[in-house]
Amino acid sequence: MLKFILRSLAGMVLTALCLTFLVFWLTNLSPNLEKLAKTQGNARMSDEAVASWLVNRGYNQALPVKYGQWLGALPGYVITGTDGTARARCAASTGPAEGDARFCGILQGEWGFSTVLRDDVSTIIATRLGLTAKLMACVMAIMIPGALIMGVLAGMREGSRLDRSLSTVSIITTATPEYVSGVVLIAVFATGTFGMNWFKGTATAAMDDANFTNFFLPVITIALYGMGYIARMTRASMTEVMTAQYIRTARLKGVSFGNIVLKHALRNALIAPFTVIMLQFPWLLNGVVIVETLFNYKGFGWTLVQAASNNDIELLLGVSIVSVLVVLITQLLSDIGYVFLNPRIRIS
Amino acid sequence: MEPLTWTGTLGSYLNPVLTLCVVVLVICVVAQIIAGFIADAVTLRSNADGTLMARGGLLGGLDRALTIVFAVTLALIVAYLIAGTVMPYGSAGIVGAVAKRFLPVILALIVLYALSIRFKRSLGLYGKLFDSTVGMIGFGLVMFWVFTAIFSGAFDLIATHDPLRPISGLKNKLPGVVVPEEGLFPHYLLGGDNLARDVFSRMVNGSVIVIAIAPLATVFAFMVGITLGLPAGYFGGKLDIALTFLANLILAFPVILLFYLLVTPEIVATGIPSYMAAALFVFPLIFATVLLNSRYYTQPAKRTVIVASTLAVLGWLYLSLISQDGTALHFMPSWVDGFDINPGILVVFVSVVFVNAPTVFRIVRGLAMDIKTRDYVAAAQTRGEGPWYIMLWEILPNARGPLIVDFCLRIGYTTILLGTLGFFGLGLPPESPDWGSTINEGRKLLLIYVHPPLPPAIALLTLVLGLNLLADGLREESLRD
Repeated sequence: MLKFILRSLAGMVLTALCLTFLVFWLTNLSPNLEKLAKTQGNARMSDEAVASWLVNRGYNQALPVKYGQWLGALPGYVITGTDGTARARCAASTGPAEGDARFCGILQGEWGFSTVLRDDVSTIIATRLGLTAKLMACVMAIMIPGALIMGVLAGMREGSRLDRSLSTVSIITTATPEYVSGVVLIAVFATGTFGMNWFKGTATAAMDDANFTNFFLPVITIALYGMGYIARMTRASMTEVMTAQYIRTARLKGVSFGNIVLKHALRNALIAPFTVIMLQFPWLLNGVVIVETLFNYKGFGWTLVQAASNNDIELLLGVSIVSVLVVLITQLLSDIGYVFLNPRIRIS
Repeated sequence: MEPLTWTGTLGSYLNPVLTLCVVVLVICVVAQIIAGFIADAVTLRSNADGTLMARGGLLGGLDRALTIVFAVTLALIVAYLIAGTVMPYGSAGIVGAVAKRFLPVILALIVLYALSIRFKRSLGLYGKLFDSTVGMIGFGLVMFWVFTAIFSGAFDLIATHDPLRPISGLKNKLPGVVVPEEGLFPHYLLGGDNLARDVFSRMVNGSVIVIAIAPLATVFAFMVGITLGLPAGYFGGKLDIALTFLANLILAFPVILLFYLLVTPEIVATGIPSYMAAALFVFPLIFATVLLNSRYYTQPAKRTVIVASTLAVLGWLYLSLISQDGTALHFMPSWVDGFDINPGILVVFVSVVFVNAPTVFRIVRGLAMDIKTRDYVAAAQTRGEGPWYIMLWEILPNARGPLIVDFCLRIGYTTILLGTLGFFGLGLPPESPDWGSTINEGRKLLLIYVHPPLPPAIALLTLVLGLNLLADGLREESLRD
């Protein structure tokens, strides 16, 4: 078991390094850097001015060197520029001095400075992630119990009217991406067109003070899309368990149907959905970006869109690291959890 | 000219009846579900003469009531549509007028269904689809949009106005508004958007883009996934480890971040999407060559002719596709270059293929690993067949069931991805009528004007729903034999 976890961890670290390098390379391509120079310096800079601006700030070093510095594995640059000013990576605002740290990268907690939101990347990400965590907590609180109940109810009597109704609902929700359900929900429940103006169409106010009227629509929009999928998986696993030999034995012994479902079938039917729920996290990230944009809720997904569309390189890198880590950690947890939950694998 | 109402004169009779039917239908379904927990289960009992007894009890009664109410509701909805095509223009309201515009599509659907059901026993898996209700509904929804795309893209039949041309005075006007200019279709059936263009025509023309890109991108993703997944699963070893690591790398990437990184103008300027296109689109070539070569390598004369001619055609298509004016890859003189596609669409296409291919790879690899242990593969190995023959002519045909089902699901997923790209305004030109971009434009004023983003949203929903139902029906039918 320990060996398995260690091997998964090593794979995860390797993947994280590769992915961050890829993002670093894509964000540090020369057109992006030129645009950065022009937005930070002067929009009418000549090509030579752009080049020297980039040289002075260490942007034209070799890519692996830049990546190493950004990661904090290589010492930060100290460059005396063509304009005579000395600049150092580790003392961006004050200029180089004795006693500066030599290494200043992600590993040392120096995430850089956002050019769009004018703040430290680490503080931005911390606050935005907190807001998204609030959203996700509500989504999970609705989605997981809802999906499991739907799946178990549908799967316990295969082919019944209840099964068919619930399966129809779950197939419709999986076919509705967030940007469709969000638009439809806002149109129906947040405007007067259909006479049901019950909720707020934006969730900006929910960042400080979330309540039912301004937070319900974004939460239900994300929850619906994931819910159908988990419910279908739960239903499949439940129908499989309900046809197993030991369930038939229990029925023949005269155990009541409710007891069979709750005491015999449920535990075994919930192993498969666990993995599915964990693997839903990366997809939820997608949903978060769409819903936060649609409802103007300034969380992590909204930050991603701002950083990407405004060429805010350091913020985008920070956001990418966090999202890649979230995906990888959930994958690791689902692998370990699956082994842990399934006695057949755990004991062998 | 009067503005149109939703259902016209017809609605004053039919609307109350339809409302009543729907309410009764909902009550029946809920009652039946609740009764399912408390009432006795319906069991089949036979009479003395061997016939079955009528299904009695609370549940049996509810079941019969439900069937009748459902049939009446369906008949009413069909009545709206038929009335729209038969009654003179305008008297059946917007619903009737829209039904009339979709008349060619509906006729084509009826012909298709009639022929398919008539000959379903000789049509293989496609014919079996017509044994499953779910599959038929899904196939109907999908074919509705396919026919819409064909008729409006090739014959310009369905749309009422030019999807790109604004008509002054119709900005954000409600559905059924009168068009002030002479000589055009007299109404904006589903209203005008915030640039005064016709919402209905934009939705119809958007289907052309979606129906053209989504299946084609999925085909390319499958080519890449199959060409890499089969050897990974069949040979295993280091090749498998390397390819699986690469696939997991792409899969661990949040999709939206990848889109933002690939589709921004700065990255397009560096030519990375063009190089990716060159790399990804070479896979169909490899696939076709290996497929034919492994089949005919025992007859070298025939093999050379077939492979050479296929390679010539596909190679020309490939080179014309990747050589584009104004991008990093432009090497063909214009008289050889067959066609140029919009660079925005090419970038979108490449990124969608890139995102989908690793998942297909994983599925194919898993199937290949499973199937290679079968006896017929061992028999082929004993016969002395080469590995590529076994992979492409023994393993692949036997993996077709799950692959066809996944193909349908994946077209739906690709449609969602295209919509996501449009929703963030990435790739496609901003005035493009595709559904994602239209939803994106409409959402900005959503709290004031509801009607512009709803039609494309519902169109996208029905298409993806149709594909999911179709996949369910196919899965059911392919598991049956």
